[in-house]
Amino acid sequence: METILFISPVAADGSLPKASLEALTAAKTLAEGLGAPLAVGLFGADVAPAAAAAAACGQVYAVTGEAFAPARYATDAAAMEALAKAAGATIIVAADDSRVSRALPGVAARLGGRIDAHVTAVAAKDGKAVATRGFYRQRMTAELTRTARPWCLTVSAGCYAAYDGAPGQAAVTAVDVAVIPAMTRTTVKAIVAPSADEQTIRPDATTLFVAGAGWTKKQADGAPHTAEAGQLILGFLGASKASLGSSKSLVDMGGEGEAVLPFLTHLHQVGQTGSTPRHQKGLATCCHGEEPHVVGWRFITERRAVNLDAACGWAQGKADVLYVADAFAVMKKVNELLG
Amino acid sequence: MFHIVVCGGIVPDPLQTLEPVKGPAGWGLKNELMLPSVLDPWASHALYEAAHLAKTVAGSKVWLVSLGPKAKLQQLMMTVAQKAPFELVVADGPASGFTDSFEVAEALHAVIAGIAGLDASKLLVFGGWQSASRGSGSTLQILGEKLGIADHFQGVDKLTVGADGSLEIMERVEGGAYQISTCSGAPAVLGWATGELPEPPNNPQVGMANMRLVMPALQKAKPAAVKADAIDYQSVTLPAQKRETRVVKDTPVDVIAQEIVDWLKN
Repeated sequence: METILFISPVAADGSLPKASLEALTAAKTLAEGLGAPLAVGLFGADVAPAAAAAAACGQVYAVTGEAFAPARYATDAAAMEALAKAAGATIIVAADDSRVSRALPGVAARLGGRIDAHVTAVAAKDGKAVATRGFYRQRMTAELTRTARPWCLTVSAGCYAAYDGAPGQAAVTAVDVAVIPAMTRTTVKAIVAPSADEQTIRPDATTLFVAGAGWTKKQADGAPHTAEAGQLILGFLGASKASLGSSKSLVDMGGEGEAVLPFLTHLHQVGQTGSTPRHQKGLATCCHGEEPHVVGWRFITERRAVNLDAACGWAQGKADVLYVADAFAVMKKVNELLG
Repeated sequence: MFHIVVCGGIVPDPLQTLEPVKGPAGWGLKNELMLPSVLDPWASHALYEAAHLAKTVAGSKVWLVSLGPKAKLQQLMMTVAQKAPFELVVADGPASGFTDSFEVAEALHAVIAGIAGLDASKLLVFGGWQSASRGSGSTLQILGEKLGIADHFQGVDKLTVGADGSLEIMERVEGGAYQISTCSGAPAVLGWATGELPEPPNNPQVGMANMRLVMPALQKAKPAAVKADAIDYQSVTLPAQKRETRVVKDTPVDVIAQEIVDWLKN
């Protein structure tokens, strides 16, 4: 008999982040499919709101205290290790967020278990837990299972609906973890977040706008128009509230001393070493190339592209619509229409 | 000073078309040994950052620890060795994405434990926060646990070393934000995202200096028994991705723009 443990840090206000609520749905689905008990493991300064939200799911275990508030490997790993032991977990399901992804593999090692990260689905098949995940930058997908226990799984965001069960009064089992000096060598100083007006890859946006290196190249008049490109892109983002992504080549140009769009950083990069966002719509402009860009677009549902090459290797067979046109002219008109 | 161990595997060139096949040893890539390989892109960033750090902190040294087939590593070093000064340490084994991160970490641990002169108190373990093969983002943490290191950072884009040897690290977190942390110093594990440094130009002199140690390292490489037995793959498939692309050309800009706006609003 498996024992499924959903595990999560809590947000600063004690609630469960959206990605964790999605992972909770995955854990609950798996537990129901296997007919296995589900337990909830929480850690943070104060877990009461999260415990209430997940009260209907199963027994709640909690590690609490100010030392467990910051996203720090040593304390996070110690908390999750203790929660897994307290719950007697054989399968541990968590969100694939930065905090859990940093520490849960180490927890798996401490417990003598195994981990599969970036899972897009978990299911019970023939009485066994089966996970689905991508390999080679999502260029292939596999269904896999393991006999080793505990088996840790992190679930990618956007794959499950967020759990929205009725809150209740949770009976929380407190789990003690001693905080020793070696666990606090790291101090979290700050979170540097982009301002509300600054565009970046935001999972909640409907559309992802991807800027390619063509925006900074010489145009028909033989000169680059980087400043105008920046105005057009920011104008579109302001009007559409789209996320902004870019190709790696465009981001790298800054480091190589070329004219660049100053608001682009490596955080905007999609593709081989960038992110693989999950927006409903994607509009690529001035992009070129094949697999490296396709990797970044794997989970974009509707894809359109604007560039001057009708035979563009990125668009053919990968975008739904390719507009063969000057992106400067098209985006200027689009911005006018969007007001 | 730091002793920087960069863990970097080899992966198929990103422009190659990949096809999974199941052989006697489990799942792999069709014509895997024939595919051109590159150093994993994230590990490359880690290597460039390590070399930069070693250059700026006197007395530091970089080891590049790689698990992969010896023959392919030898080919790869012809280019990688020209990028940055390092000493290569090799574990001769598979570079497949279908291996288990736990097994890979054990193999890397065995190799790192055997590096002569490595001072654990000065150790910084660098690598990619993910790989372009297995993409698990878990190997470094497991390796760190085996090395007894309790300070880990993932998705790192910037490392600043203080005069007292303390570390300030910028890690990527959700929402396009960075978490800034300080750590009192080595040892630590850093999984790099893209870093801040572009790919360095080839330097033949660096290449020649590195290659003097590369060949002996390849000859000394011990076989690493990395298996995927712990994973029962039910299926491995290519996702359907072919789309019927509608090409719109010789169309006025106004019409195209209106169509895009209608699509965005629906």
